[in-house]
Amino acid sequence: MSKKENIPEILELKQAYEAQVAKTMEKRPERRKEFRTGGNIPLNRVYDPTDLEGLNYARDLGYPGRYPYTRGVQPTMYRGRLWTMRQYAGFGTAEESNERYRYLLSQGQTGLSVAFDLPTQIGYDSDHPMAQGECGKVGVAIDSLADMEILFDKIPLDKVSTSMTINAPASVLLAMYICVGEKQGVSMDKLSGTIQNDILKEYIARGTYIFPPKPSMRLITDIFEFCSNNVPKWNTISISGYHIREAGSTAAQEVAFTLADGIAYVEAAQKKGLDPNVFGQRLSFFFNAHNDFLEEVAKFRAARRMWGKIMKERFGVTDRKAQMLRFHTQTGGSTLTAQQPENNIVRVTMQALAAVLGGTQSLHTNSMDEALALPSEKSVGIALKTQQIIAYESGVADTIDPLAGSYVIESLTNKIQERAEEYISQIDNMGGMLIAIEKGYVQKHIQDSAYSYQKAVESGDAIVVGVNKFQIKEDHADMNLLKVDESVGERQVQKLKELREKRDNLKVKNTLENIRKAARDESVNLMPLILEAVRNYGTEGEICGVLREEFGEYTENIIL
Amino acid sequence: MSVLAERALRGDVRALARIISLVENEEPEGEEIIKHLYPHTGRALIIGITGSPGAGKSTLVDKIIAEFRKKGRTVGVIAVDPSSPFSGGAILADRIRMQRHANDPEVFIRSMGTRGSLGGVSRSTREAVEILDACGKDVVIIETVGVGQSEIDIVKLADTVCLVLVPGMGDDIQIMKAGIMEIADLFVVNKADRPGVEKVVTEIKLMLDLIGTPDWRPPIYTTVAEKGDGVTELVEGMEEHRKFLKQSSHGEKRMKDKVIQEIKDIMSREIAKKIEHSWENHGADVHVKAVFEKEMDPYTVAHSILKNIISENKLREGASER
Amino acid sequence: MAEKKIRVVIAKPGLDGHDRGAKVVARALRDAGMEVIYTGLRQTPEQIVDTAIQEDADAIGISILSGAHAYYFSKIIGLLKERHAEDIIVFGGGVIPDADIPALLEMGAGAIFGPGTPTTVCAEWLEKAVAEKRAKETV
Repeated sequence: MSKKENIPEILELKQAYEAQVAKTMEKRPERRKEFRTGGNIPLNRVYDPTDLEGLNYARDLGYPGRYPYTRGVQPTMYRGRLWTMRQYAGFGTAEESNERYRYLLSQGQTGLSVAFDLPTQIGYDSDHPMAQGECGKVGVAIDSLADMEILFDKIPLDKVSTSMTINAPASVLLAMYICVGEKQGVSMDKLSGTIQNDILKEYIARGTYIFPPKPSMRLITDIFEFCSNNVPKWNTISISGYHIREAGSTAAQEVAFTLADGIAYVEAAQKKGLDPNVFGQRLSFFFNAHNDFLEEVAKFRAARRMWGKIMKERFGVTDRKAQMLRFHTQTGGSTLTAQQPENNIVRVTMQALAAVLGGTQSLHTNSMDEALALPSEKSVGIALKTQQIIAYESGVADTIDPLAGSYVIESLTNKIQERAEEYISQIDNMGGMLIAIEKGYVQKHIQDSAYSYQKAVESGDAIVVGVNKFQIKEDHADMNLLKVDESVGERQVQKLKELREKRDNLKVKNTLENIRKAARDESVNLMPLILEAVRNYGTEGEICGVLREEFGEYTENIIL
Repeated sequence: MSVLAERALRGDVRALARIISLVENEEPEGEEIIKHLYPHTGRALIIGITGSPGAGKSTLVDKIIAEFRKKGRTVGVIAVDPSSPFSGGAILADRIRMQRHANDPEVFIRSMGTRGSLGGVSRSTREAVEILDACGKDVVIIETVGVGQSEIDIVKLADTVCLVLVPGMGDDIQIMKAGIMEIADLFVVNKADRPGVEKVVTEIKLMLDLIGTPDWRPPIYTTVAEKGDGVTELVEGMEEHRKFLKQSSHGEKRMKDKVIQEIKDIMSREIAKKIEHSWENHGADVHVKAVFEKEMDPYTVAHSILKNIISENKLREGASER
Repeated sequence: MAEKKIRVVIAKPGLDGHDRGAKVVARALRDAGMEVIYTGLRQTPEQIVDTAIQEDADAIGISILSGAHAYYFSKIIGLLKERHAEDIIVFGGGVIPDADIPALLEMGAGAIFGPGTPTTVCAEWLEKAVAEKRAKETV
């Protein structure tokens, strides 16, 4: 790779080695007939320069911050600034979540990540019939700007960047955040953060969609446009593979389907007349850090290289920042077990390490009680410390892309790219991601992978420590799990009543009417109108209710 | 008359559901109940919806149900999905698209697996339709598997057959070749907001001209099922067809053919059962060996066994127990 | 007489969109020879119970990962009682802490299958439970 390796000499050595292997295998066969990564890529016994013939450093790796970005997107990476430690959090009411956010910030977390409850994610107020039993359970309940103000009480929006996991109603929550900034005296152009805003993966794997694809893409591109002009430091989308992986996909599928989603978003924005060199700078991504360590590190590098190529060659993007794949990572929740929860601390550590060696820009580490409930204060503290120990004690953050050049890592990086490109090519042939989703192509692949994994675990082919091997009898009764107060719903309903009494209801009605009219006209950007409604304390449910009436609702596609 | 049948006739949903299970599982009580319910059949408009997977049949059925409900009609739906040839099990997921009607007391939706039947419908689909008809449903919709070739079965069960096509799927030509075009009473080109609609409509018209339509010229509707566009017209078309069937001699012949087909199907089923049951009793093994060793031919053997079965004059197992 | 298949409704009540487990279980039960009526996401308790009755289901499997299990199990089991359909077996899985399971069983749930449960355990349990239920019916 560096200088010309003497391949014939190596092959000779290899022959002798394999003869010795054969002798060893007679005495002791290997643990398995063949070894494969979690994503089914065959793993060689040993990798050597012959696996990297054809690799060209300048063309395929390059230097950090420079095309093709394989080695990282910033020139100094973690030597300049560590990844953002950003724990996803939120539950109950805005007051309770605000407390948790201030705790995490005091413990050294460097960015906020907001989890909303299901009614909020699906555009329902806490007093909607569908919200019954669900308020505050998987995240914080936010019905109006009033709740948002409480959520960020004593948190300076000019100093803290916030990521919000919100998709279908992202426009509304972004508007709320902007309004909170306004009240704090922080202008829009100073706000920094991210909204997930990735509807395609909702259809594929996550299920918290509201509207059908066409109007959803319109809302998303409206946000791209609005932010390009008004909120320049804001990441307008977090194109997600995390959930696709959690739904059961392989690593290569995670990359392929995420980037294919990305392609669909760029195309939609382009069609609207937006310049990829501009909005491309504020696209971000979100990946999973799963179990298979080597495959995961390779995966992140492959994704970076592929996206650089896609933006450059497919979309003609020349701006470097717009070519770069910047991403957040979360360790894989579905790998954590209910059995022997302490083991999860070890799993998360390995996964976090893979993400760091893969060059992530920000990271969430799961807590050990993941399979049982939302994180307790103690367990989320350990998860955060895991990141800090890696950052300050392991040394891996002190040099960039340390595993580059490793025969296995570069080989796997190439292999994952190859497989992912095949999937993307098939999706292209179908006519793009929207059609692939409609046909169920993506979902079927994910479900098939999920099912074969389940079969592998049940047959003992795949081992999960504590679950199908090394089990112990245990009792989780004294685990001190987080319990969400059932009265959250009631409290929110009360707050809504008071809100509706205090606000100018006529004004709100007018703003909602304006949204309705604009919804019917694709050429109008909805963001300013949503901002007006939010400013006047129109509720999320009211705004989404109007959009539901105008846009309709999506029904899922079942391919089983 | 059985208690279950009485309850079902009075509108008890659980009883109705139970009866369908009885016939699906081929239990003797099921057949008794059908006999008692049969005189009450004949009121319902029976519609068959067929077409390739991905044509949007389920979404269309959901909108058709809504349309009929607007007119105050009660609706029954049988949604058929393929059973696994390996395990015999099935995942029945068609009702997902219609679930908003799940708790409308005037709508009854039932999912059925094909359970080994090769057509697009299952063996007991016909009986399930009759049960829904007898128990007062104004409209019964059968949604088939949509396998493409075996849609012919639907003609035996439905009075009005709708073939759903989609522009740009590339399979419209295949369907035309398979003769399915000839059984459709109405054509629906769904997802009509896609390019290629005109082409499909033209192709259908040409095919209809080719095969000739002396009695009923199938109308062609364009719909966007997701939005509900075109469904009102489609449903009106279905009622038109029903009027035609009731008033024409062609219609009367078709209804009679349905009856003939049902009688023949029941007879075939009984005889097939008898053959299975009697196989052992007629020294089949010996005959099989003889044929295998080319000492006898299969035709002679078959005729001989059949003669024995018929001469025993037993058409039902356990007949002696009556 | 044809064999009496086991019919199971697999449902996702409420707003939770995580359906990997529900789909894996549905496939496993199909592979075990059962007919699985999969309702999809966002079902209300009324929709789930009405579906089970129309489909003459032997059992309802509820998948909840959103923490709202106490609410939904209680609603669904209550509705089944109201409609005189409490012979329909109710079971479930998802993210349900051990400490919450006794209350669900007390309500009338037959079994809760937590994370890591092999699908074969679920299928075998169902077969047994349905056989017991049917034995009681013929008596």
